Amino acid sequence: MSEAGAVVPPAAEVSSKRPSDSILGHARYVMTENPVTGMSFGLFAIIVLCAVIGPYVVPYDPLASDTAAALQPPSLRHLFGTDLLGRDIFSRVIAATRLDFGIALASVALVFVMGGFAGISAGFFGGWTDRIVGRISDTIMAFPLFVLAMGIVAALGNTVTNIVIATAIINFPLYVRVARAEANVRRNAGFVQAARLSGNGELRILLWHILPNIMPIMMVQVSLTMGYAILNAAGLSFIGLGVKPPTPEWGIMVAEGATNIISGEWWVAFFPGLALMIAVFCFNLLGDGLRDLVDPQRRT
Amino acid sequence: MLLTIAKRLVTVIPTLIGVVIVTFLLTRVLPGDPAVYFAGPAATPESIAEIRKSLGLDRSLPDQFVRYVNDLAHGNFGNSLSTGQPVAREIASRLPASAELTLFGLFLSIAIAVPLGIIAAVKQGSWVDHLCRVIATAGVSLPVFFTGLLLVYFFYFKLGWSPAPLGRLDAFATSPKDITGFYLIDTLLTGDFATFRSAFSQLILPAATLGIFSLAPIARMTRASMLAVLASEFIRTARASGLSDRRVILTYAFRNAMLPVVTTLGMVFSFLLGANVLVEKVFAWPGIGSYAVEALLQSDFAPVQGFVLTMAVLYVALNLIIDMLYGVIDPRVRIEA
Repeated sequence: MSEAGAVVPPAAEVSSKRPSDSILGHARYVMTENPVTGMSFGLFAIIVLCAVIGPYVVPYDPLASDTAAALQPPSLRHLFGTDLLGRDIFSRVIAATRLDFGIALASVALVFVMGGFAGISAGFFGGWTDRIVGRISDTIMAFPLFVLAMGIVAALGNTVTNIVIATAIINFPLYVRVARAEANVRRNAGFVQAARLSGNGELRILLWHILPNIMPIMMVQVSLTMGYAILNAAGLSFIGLGVKPPTPEWGIMVAEGATNIISGEWWVAFFPGLALMIAVFCFNLLGDGLRDLVDPQRRT
Repeated sequence: MLLTIAKRLVTVIPTLIGVVIVTFLLTRVLPGDPAVYFAGPAATPESIAEIRKSLGLDRSLPDQFVRYVNDLAHGNFGNSLSTGQPVAREIASRLPASAELTLFGLFLSIAIAVPLGIIAAVKQGSWVDHLCRVIATAGVSLPVFFTGLLLVYFFYFKLGWSPAPLGRLDAFATSPKDITGFYLIDTLLTGDFATFRSAFSQLILPAATLGIFSLAPIARMTRASMLAVLASEFIRTARASGLSDRRVILTYAFRNAMLPVVTTLGMVFSFLLGANVLVEKVFAWPGIGSYAVEALLQSDFAPVQGFVLTMAVLYVALNLIIDMLYGVIDPRVRIEA
């Protein structure tokens, strides 16, 4: 852990010297170094594309029902078939990308700020800050995480926003742990002492000198937890929390198709489930690939 | 050994206090007024105030907290708003169903993942190794409710091998006499093999779903830690001394490699207890997870609170047991204390 921490800063400092060609070069290196990582970048691009323009290009209105064409198996007219109300599943799966991706992105962004800030403060200042932050994250870790998320959504109210908040809270300890360890390694590093000597305040050092240096490893954490965030949000909506029925969302679509599975209409639940699986798979591969690059010592 | 256990028990206390505070805060501080809900749509301000008083919601927060802890100490988790039944009794009666499912799922998963991880490590680069890697990556990406539905489709609809996913027993079987609450054990104890078959065939799919879900982290960890141990010097010495492969791997390497795997079990349990809720929903399993889900959808908070608390306490207890297992597996832990 400490060796890994010592390896990262020089790399980060080199890349900040010549940002224009090193970012591009680095990105190309990331894509080509491992074909699986390259593939996951491709998948990621498709997911982002679906999230951005998906709702505008789908062949059918994701909410329009057509009871004459209910429960049709996949065909050229309806690539993924239709559900109980005759809605086109392909359109719904694509349109749902925005909501699922949005929930995951929002919750990860939220925990990135909360957990990241709490973690670097704990690692940098130590003492009481460290103890309080540590106690909070230990308490969160004492719960089975999905169960805690259920409890939080139940208490805050059954809305999409609260799913975002709950997902952020259960990821909080992971971010704190990474940020704390990384900040702790650097609290008395040479560049920090130099900054201190030239009269920078502690908060300024934290935000302008420590934070940029731990960004790479925090970004890895983001992509590693994105998949988990999507799974968690879809799980919550599967049991009926958050997203309300007509809205297309992968978890709730699988739940709607669950009753059809028993009578053999597999496609209603299968395609949203598959989309969910591919998205999670993509983020996990992406995270693993990024981690190998940023932190080769933890390669498995 | 006793001292280690005592020391470890002491560290549980602040965790439990944290858990109780969080479950308390979840109901009392956050927006939403249980009294308004309780009073119903036709309530007058007076009747709401009266209900608030009877629920103790008009008191100060610290006072409410003391009452809450006092209730918990007496095993009182409150009453469900929709059924009026005490939550504690309901959870206690449903807990064996959940426990049987989770433990059997974990058992299946360990029975497959540990040998798989060992073979993958011993025969590095073989097809078992590749299989292990695929499972480890794909397994963590599978939404557990989706796996469950796929299994139902294949084994119930397509092949017709398993019964309809509707609870612990099929419609014709009567539940066995309540001894442990685990149907598999109870039916064996009473010698009721027909019911055993029924209970087993109902259990196997949901348990397999949970097993597939927890396969990935266990297999991955077993492989990684086996690899590390096999590369160490005492294994080289054991091999050089002419011990058989079987003996080196199973007696020497395996025992040492188990420590990190046991640590992973803590994390696996966190996931399993959460996944349990989803699997219970898919298979209409009458456990505490589906109880909590039903209550959640009716905004009936006492069961949810009781459920969250029960799960957290169970999880803390499981982690405690895992720590104790260390002492059994690794004598060094015993000596340090």
